[in-house]
Amino acid sequence: MGNGYTLEFEKKLVELEKKIEELKRYAEEKGLDMAEEIAPLERRAGELAREIYTNLEPWQRVLIARHPKRPTFLELVSFIFQDFLELHGDRNFRDDPAMVGGLAWLEGRTVTVIGEQKGRDTKENIARNFGLPHPEGYRKALRLMQQAAKFGRPIISFIDVVGAYPGIEAEERGQGEAIARNLREMSLLPVPIIAVITGEGGSGGALATGVGDRVYMLEHAYYSVISPEGCASILWKDATKAPEAAKALKFNAEDLLAFGVIDGIIPEPLGGAHRDPAQTAGPSASRKRRQRAARSVSKAPTTQPRRVSATSSGSPSRAKMVAPSGSKRSASAGSTGQRRRRKGSSSSATTKR
Amino acid sequence: MPLKELFKTKPKYVTIKPPSSTPPGGVETVERPERKEIPDGLWTKCGGCGQTIYTKELAKNLFVCPRCDHHFRIGARERINQLLDEGSFSELFADLRSVDPLGFPDYPAKLKRAQQESGLSEAILVGTGRLEGIPLGIGVMDANFMMGSMGSVVGEKVTRLIEYCLETRLPLVIVAAGGGGARMQEGILSLMQMAKTSAALGRLGLAGILYISVLTDPTMGGVFASFATLGDIIICEPGALLGFTGPRVIQQTIRQTLPPGFQSSQFQLEHGLADMIVHRRDLRPTLARLLRFHYYGGGS
Repeated sequence: MGNGYTLEFEKKLVELEKKIEELKRYAEEKGLDMAEEIAPLERRAGELAREIYTNLEPWQRVLIARHPKRPTFLELVSFIFQDFLELHGDRNFRDDPAMVGGLAWLEGRTVTVIGEQKGRDTKENIARNFGLPHPEGYRKALRLMQQAAKFGRPIISFIDVVGAYPGIEAEERGQGEAIARNLREMSLLPVPIIAVITGEGGSGGALATGVGDRVYMLEHAYYSVISPEGCASILWKDATKAPEAAKALKFNAEDLLAFGVIDGIIPEPLGGAHRDPAQTAGPSASRKRRQRAARSVSKAPTTQPRRVSATSSGSPSRAKMVAPSGSKRSASAGSTGQRRRRKGSSSSATTKR
Repeated sequence: MPLKELFKTKPKYVTIKPPSSTPPGGVETVERPERKEIPDGLWTKCGGCGQTIYTKELAKNLFVCPRCDHHFRIGARERINQLLDEGSFSELFADLRSVDPLGFPDYPAKLKRAQQESGLSEAILVGTGRLEGIPLGIGVMDANFMMGSMGSVVGEKVTRLIEYCLETRLPLVIVAAGGGGARMQEGILSLMQMAKTSAALGRLGLAGILYISVLTDPTMGGVFASFATLGDIIICEPGALLGFTGPRVIQQTIRQTLPPGFQSSQFQLEHGLADMIVHRRDLRPTLARLLRFHYYGGGS
C-alpha cells in the first residue's frame, strides 16, 4: 500500500505498515517464522485504517480527492471500457490536452467518453495544464457530445477538475461563454448522459461537462460552487481557513445526495481510490464478463442507425430517458428535472405569505 | 467557539474593481462607496473622472457622468424605471425567499442586511412590462445585493421568468449585474442554478423566442457563465467588468500583470462575445428596435 505520498492524518498507519513490511522482509531473509508476531500488527493496522478512514473530516477527504496517485481519467477509462479511441480538437482553435474525449466500448455498445486528464508527474502535468481546461477544451467536449447525439451514442462524462483555467487567454477566448453553451446544449442533447465526479468537482469548470441524466460521485470526491481555498480567501480573507470552508460548503458526496443534486455515491476502497484503482473501477470479474459480452454483440450499435434528432427518439429505452417535451433533465433542471429543480429550490427557497 | 467569533467579525465582502481600463488619471475604487453608487447626498463624486456632480443632474442623465460618460452602477428599480414604460412593470414570483440550506456561517445575517439596505428581497427583480409599448418579460439584477450573486432564489426567479416567457411567448430581456457569480453561501445549490437557468434557456431557444441579454458592471463567474452569455443578442454597457474568472484571481494565479482594459466591455466586443456596446441613454430605443426586428410589437 506504500504509495510514496503520505497525507498527514495517515502517517501513523503508514509507519505501522512500513514496520510490518520490514518485519516480513526480515523474517524472509533469516528464514524465520514470525507469523505470530506479525498477525496482531496487521490486525492493528486494519483497525487503525478503519478508524482513520471512516471518520474523515471534509478537508481530509479533499486531500484524498486531490491525492497525486488518485486514478486519472485515462486510468479509469482503461479499467472500465474497452478499446478507447481518443479524438482530438475543437475544430476552432486548438486541441486542449487537459480535456480528453473519444470512443469506447461498454457492455457491447459504443459510448462517447469525455473527461479532464490530470498528469502523473510535473512534466505530464505541464503538458496537461494540470487538467485545467481552456475554452477550447469545453468546445471539444461539446463537439464530441454533439457527435454522439448525431449517432445515438450515450455519453459518459468523468469530472476531475479544480476549475476552468484562470488565465488571460482563457478569458479572451470566452471561458464563460464556452461553459454556458455547454450547460445549455447538454440539457438539450437527445442521448443519455451519465456524469461522474471522480475527484474534484470545481465549480463552473466541472459543471460544464456535468449536466447529466444521472450524476454520480465517487465516495471521496467533492463538488462545489468554489474551492475551499477560494471560499476562505474571499469570505474570510485567509486561504488557510480552507478546512473550515470545506466544512461550511457541505460539498461531500453524502451532502449532495441529501440535497438531491446527485443520484448516487460510488464507494471507494478503504483509504481512497488510489489504494486500489481497479477495485474503484469495478470488480475485475464483471470486467471479464463485459469483455465477453462486447465480443459477442459488437455489431449491435450499427443496427441502430441514425437516431439523429431530438424529435425522433429512437429505442424505447432511450425514450424513457428523454423527456416527452424534449427537455433534458440536468443536474438540477429539465424534464424529470422539473422534479429535481423543484426539489433543489424547495430545499433552499420557501414561499412566504 | 473562538472560531465562530471570528466569522462574526468578518467585515464585508470583496470589492471587484473595474478593469484597469478606467480613463487615465481616473483612479478610483478605493473610496468608492461599498454598497451603493447612487448616494443620497446632494453631490456625487464620479468614479470615472473624479468630478463632483450635482446628484439631481446625475439622475436626470440616467446616472451617467455628463462629463466623462462613466456609467454608475444602478439598482434594479432604477433600471426598470429607465427601461420600461411608466407604470407597466408588474413583478412576478416576488414571494420567493432564500433560506440557509447549508447553515453557512453568518449567511442569514448577511442576507437580512442586504435586504434592509437594498429594499429588495433578493438580487433580482423579475416580471413583465412594456417597452415602447411592446410587452416583454424582464429580469433585472441588482449588483448591490450581495454583489449581485446568484443563489437558489435568483436562479429560480430567472428560470420561472424564462418558463413564463415560454408559456406566454413573450420576448425576454435580462439585465445581468452579478459580480458575485454563484453565491458561495448556498454552495452546490448555487452552482446548480447555472445549469437550471441554461437548460431553461435551451428550451426557450427551441421554441424560437427571443432572449436579449444586457451585461452591466460587473457580471462575472457563475452568472456570466450561464444565462448572461446565452443571449440571442448580447449587449454590454460601456466600461463594465465582464468575465468568468475575476481579475484578482487570475493575477494571483498566473502572477502576470493584466493588460489594460482586460475583461472590459470593449474587450468582450473585440473577442467576439458581445454583439454591441450600447450607451445607457440608447439602451431603451435599441432594445425596442431589436424587439421590432423580431416582429414583437407588430414589427416595423
